[in-house]
Amino acid sequence: MFEFIQRFFGKPASSATAKERLRLVLLSDHLSLAPDVVEALKHDLLEVISRYCEVDVANCDVTFEQREKQVAMLANIPILSMRSRPAPPPAPPPPPARDPDPVPGAAPRPPRRKRRKNLTGSTAAPAT
Amino acid sequence: MSARRIVLTSGKGGVGKTTTTANLGAVLAKRGHRVVLVDADIGLRNLDLVLGVEKRIVFDIVEVVEGRCQLRQALIKDKRLENLSILPAAQTRDKTAITELQFADVVRQLGEICDYVLIDCPAGIEHGFRNAIAGASEAIVVTTPEVSAIRDASRVIGKLQERGLPLRLIVNRLRPEMVRSGDMLSVDDVTDILSAELLGIIPDDEEVIDSTNKGEPIVLQTESRLAAVYDKIARRLEGEIVPFTTFGAPGFFARFFGKAS
Repeated sequence: MFEFIQRFFGKPASSATAKERLRLVLLSDHLSLAPDVVEALKHDLLEVISRYCEVDVANCDVTFEQREKQVAMLANIPILSMRSRPAPPPAPPPPPARDPDPVPGAAPRPPRRKRRKNLTGSTAAPAT
Repeated sequence: MSARRIVLTSGKGGVGKTTTTANLGAVLAKRGHRVVLVDADIGLRNLDLVLGVEKRIVFDIVEVVEGRCQLRQALIKDKRLENLSILPAAQTRDKTAITELQFADVVRQLGEICDYVLIDCPAGIEHGFRNAIAGASEAIVVTTPEVSAIRDASRVIGKLQERGLPLRLIVNRLRPEMVRSGDMLSVDDVTDILSAELLGIIPDDEEVIDSTNKGEPIVLQTESRLAAVYDKIARRLEGEIVPFTTFGAPGFFARFFGKAS
């Protein structure tokens, strides 16, 4: 539809640009309002992955980035070794220093995110 | 006794809060409701000017709060619509002249003598905004299909939700021909981005300038294109289910400006 309009009028339709820009800016407005949400997400993500692999918690990185059409969540989680069988997660990492008074109610309407996991580090068989 | 106390807010200035407040108030009064409009923009009052009652102001809301006059003495009755009154803001005072509690109390008192209290909120999300929403039972967020207005509306919606105020959206100054060519965000785009329920769509129209020039609400002018638009919004506020005109949809071109029913 968008391309049809573009072709028909011979110029790019700026409303699509506006919509994309708004999605991103509202996401970042939201994230800046609620840094604790990002931290909670990171914590939960690591918890799930830790059931299957031993991960390098200290070197994990979760960020959001604007891609062509979407905002992508980039999770860089170094894996130290695979667990032979799913195990309950180890003691959760200590919660990060929180804002003592986080803005309440800042988490509604999570925007659409493209989730991408870049698993780095060794995925070889566990050491004997 | 239990009047609807509706704050009209937007975050961004210049999107049409005051014009919408004046015309919605006028059309509700025309439909038989007792309506009081409250100008919450202390220091930058304009609702009086849009309604054409600027020469009749004797007292203002700050003087009411400070006990210099009775609330009823400060109310200006509209000469065209007997059901419509306005409580003007102070022009030479600061927004901090009134506290949230005082403002809420004035709105509560007004609610006892009418059916609808419409509060015209100042731009911004600071003291004046907090005052304006303090006594409200619901909110109308006015926005335009522009990025800056929508971003600010999103912020305001967050604040209103924190307070648990139910809210609906009016998309103002829509230009159907630009939506059709893809050069303006559509109403669906706006409601989608803001995840808010729609109350009304007001097309951009030169009538507004003409009406504010004269100080006559659009809805009182004969042969007004926008009168029907405001009437629909009023009926939705009353609870009637009124279908939305699909401004900007293909095929509408021929009908638009022909009959805006």
